[in-house]
Amino acid sequence: MGMNYACTIRGFTYRFQDLKTLLAKASPARSGDGLAGVAADSYEERVAAQLALADVPLRTFLNEAVVPYESDEVTRLILDTHDPVAFAPVSHLTVGDFRDWLLADAADTETLRQLAPGLTPEMVAAVSKLMRNQDLIRVAQKIEVVTRFRNTIGKKGQLSARLQPNHPVDDPRGIAASVLDGLLYGSGDAVIGINPATDSPAATAKLLYLLDGLRERFSIPTQSCVLSHITTTIQLVEQGVPVDLVFQSIAGTEGANASFGINLALLQEGYEAGLSLGRGTLGQNLMYFETGQGSALSANAHHGLDQQTCETRAYAVARRYNPLLVNSVVGFIGPEYLFDGKQIIRAGLEDHFCGKLLGLPMGMDICYTNHANADQDDMDTLLTLLGVAGVNFIMGVPGADDIMLNYQSTSFHDALYVRKALGLRPAPEFEAWLHRQGIMDTDGNRLFTGSQPQLYAGLFSE
Amino acid sequence: MNEPQKLPVETDEWTALKAFTEARIALGKTGVSVPVRASLAFRLAHAHAKDAVYSALDTDALMQALAPLELPVYWLQSRAEHRDMYLQRPDYGRQLAPQSAEALREIAAQPADVAIVVADGLSATAVNLYAGTVVQGLVQASRDQGFTLAPLTLVEQGRVAIGDEIGHLLNARMVVMLIGERPGLSSADSLGAYLTFAPAPGLTDERRNCISNIRQQGLPPAMAVEKIMYLVSEAFRLKLTGVALKDTTDTPPILPAGPDAGQLS
Repeated sequence: MGMNYACTIRGFTYRFQDLKTLLAKASPARSGDGLAGVAADSYEERVAAQLALADVPLRTFLNEAVVPYESDEVTRLILDTHDPVAFAPVSHLTVGDFRDWLLADAADTETLRQLAPGLTPEMVAAVSKLMRNQDLIRVAQKIEVVTRFRNTIGKKGQLSARLQPNHPVDDPRGIAASVLDGLLYGSGDAVIGINPATDSPAATAKLLYLLDGLRERFSIPTQSCVLSHITTTIQLVEQGVPVDLVFQSIAGTEGANASFGINLALLQEGYEAGLSLGRGTLGQNLMYFETGQGSALSANAHHGLDQQTCETRAYAVARRYNPLLVNSVVGFIGPEYLFDGKQIIRAGLEDHFCGKLLGLPMGMDICYTNHANADQDDMDTLLTLLGVAGVNFIMGVPGADDIMLNYQSTSFHDALYVRKALGLRPAPEFEAWLHRQGIMDTDGNRLFTGSQPQLYAGLFSE
Repeated sequence: MNEPQKLPVETDEWTALKAFTEARIALGKTGVSVPVRASLAFRLAHAHAKDAVYSALDTDALMQALAPLELPVYWLQSRAEHRDMYLQRPDYGRQLAPQSAEALREIAAQPADVAIVVADGLSATAVNLYAGTVVQGLVQASRDQGFTLAPLTLVEQGRVAIGDEIGHLLNARMVVMLIGERPGLSSADSLGAYLTFAPAPGLTDERRNCISNIRQQGLPPAMAVEKIMYLVSEAFRLKLTGVALKDTTDTPPILPAGPDAGQLS
């Protein structure tokens, strides 16, 4: 099976029996690959694998599937939709040459946009393993992926925020209080998105009506979402509930997706249900996907693949459905997959780069749990690096403390910080609304006058 | 005389909304940043959570609390030799270290109805605070109801599933595992209780029931004992635990053990 990959260092020859072994051994260190038993055994072996990987022609990835074509619909999606014309400019390159090609000035925004359909996730994961953090940032920075529903997200110079107003028992007033706080701090242009405490259709519908009523009443140029399972959302669309975005967590193998209760046909059904409503005013990007390294191993469906390559395969699933928003929830899964701040930061930069290179509107839930060896300083570092890299959106959680999901993310203040520090702006339609409402001035400073009393009277008068 | 300079911190007009949520809203700002008091309050909450994750079982206090129960007590270790290994290798935390398994085999325990297992989990702090009281209550109630008890066991670097291996080695019909839950910023001292009927190595979450958030400000220990004993009786009546065993008593609910139950098993 497959060809033998090898690298000789100081007279010792490392052999890697197939492509997936080579990819796994070449991965920068992280706890999840150790847990899966696929990581390099030494620092030298890791670099030996990277040296061997650098010599692998990109074409190899079209001929050697890392998860069998016959038994995995994600592999079939990847290979059946590959665009050889788009691939042509890099088809003669090895993985190592491709890294240098990406960093060269000739690989500009338009070139990279045209290349995206010609790349498979395995090619992209492979090249990322040869790249330093600054390479991941520099190349991502050149890419622009713009999406539209009721506003324009992802243009260069912009940074949007998902307003995440979760509450442990979905109390409408508790959620409304957090929504108000977020809007008055300038968050919510990516989406106002609630993780519901339960997946009941009735409770989800109630939250959707709450958000939609608020948006209508104050003419907020944004979209809402309750992040329930896609089957719940499809049911609500059929009942005429105001669904803007169709959400689903996805992964990079058929087996891992099955553990989420989904497959590609179901995602297509959800996408078409969303489109049938025609609610977008500026565009019809309406899917919202979340991912995260480690989910395939967690579902025992990783096929001996390293977690970063599995993650990148999830982006091939996402791009099939023209999403408005995609984000990795990078540190949520815990220290058995990403042990500390260093591993979380590396994974966040990889996920953003890989998603962008494949043409996705990548955002990031920059986050950690309390048993990971990380803290808010690590989040500040990753936030700043991703701001430089041009991340489309981040999370806005009150005080960075999600009281429902019990993890720490980024806050409304953090979004303002990174906008100020790097000269970034919200989605233009949302920014104009912030000005009209007297919430922000044109320099991005938050104001303390304007229609704030009306806003919260509006929210709490029902 | 100069006026004292006004501090740049601006408070938010909507602080009254804090009544509706525990979320960190209306923090105010200086520039665009969180004011120092709110920033340090967050750090303190995180410090409590981190200290809980790296806390250790208080051996002397636990032994003292358990001594009056007149049951043998065994100290056991999982295959995770230290905390960082425990955090990276959940599979090790689910298995007894070979010498601990051997020690239990050597007991050649007589069949018993209930084995009570206590493990540090992700918060030994929670165990140190509440496990003594809960175990005392469970032993008393079990004796009142005529259940026989296996020796008590305390496990270092343990995860939920290790209770099943222990219950199996102790020849117990049912295991009650008390374990420190993953600390959140709002609570670093929650104890969880996991029940398995017919415990054996390799069982998974859907075969267990979980009672979460056992702590003074959550489900107080005395109420937790009542809930656990209700489930124990029902489990013996139905000869099962897990998704098919439902709580029909008042709130708070008893959850089937799952990824959302707080403790990563």
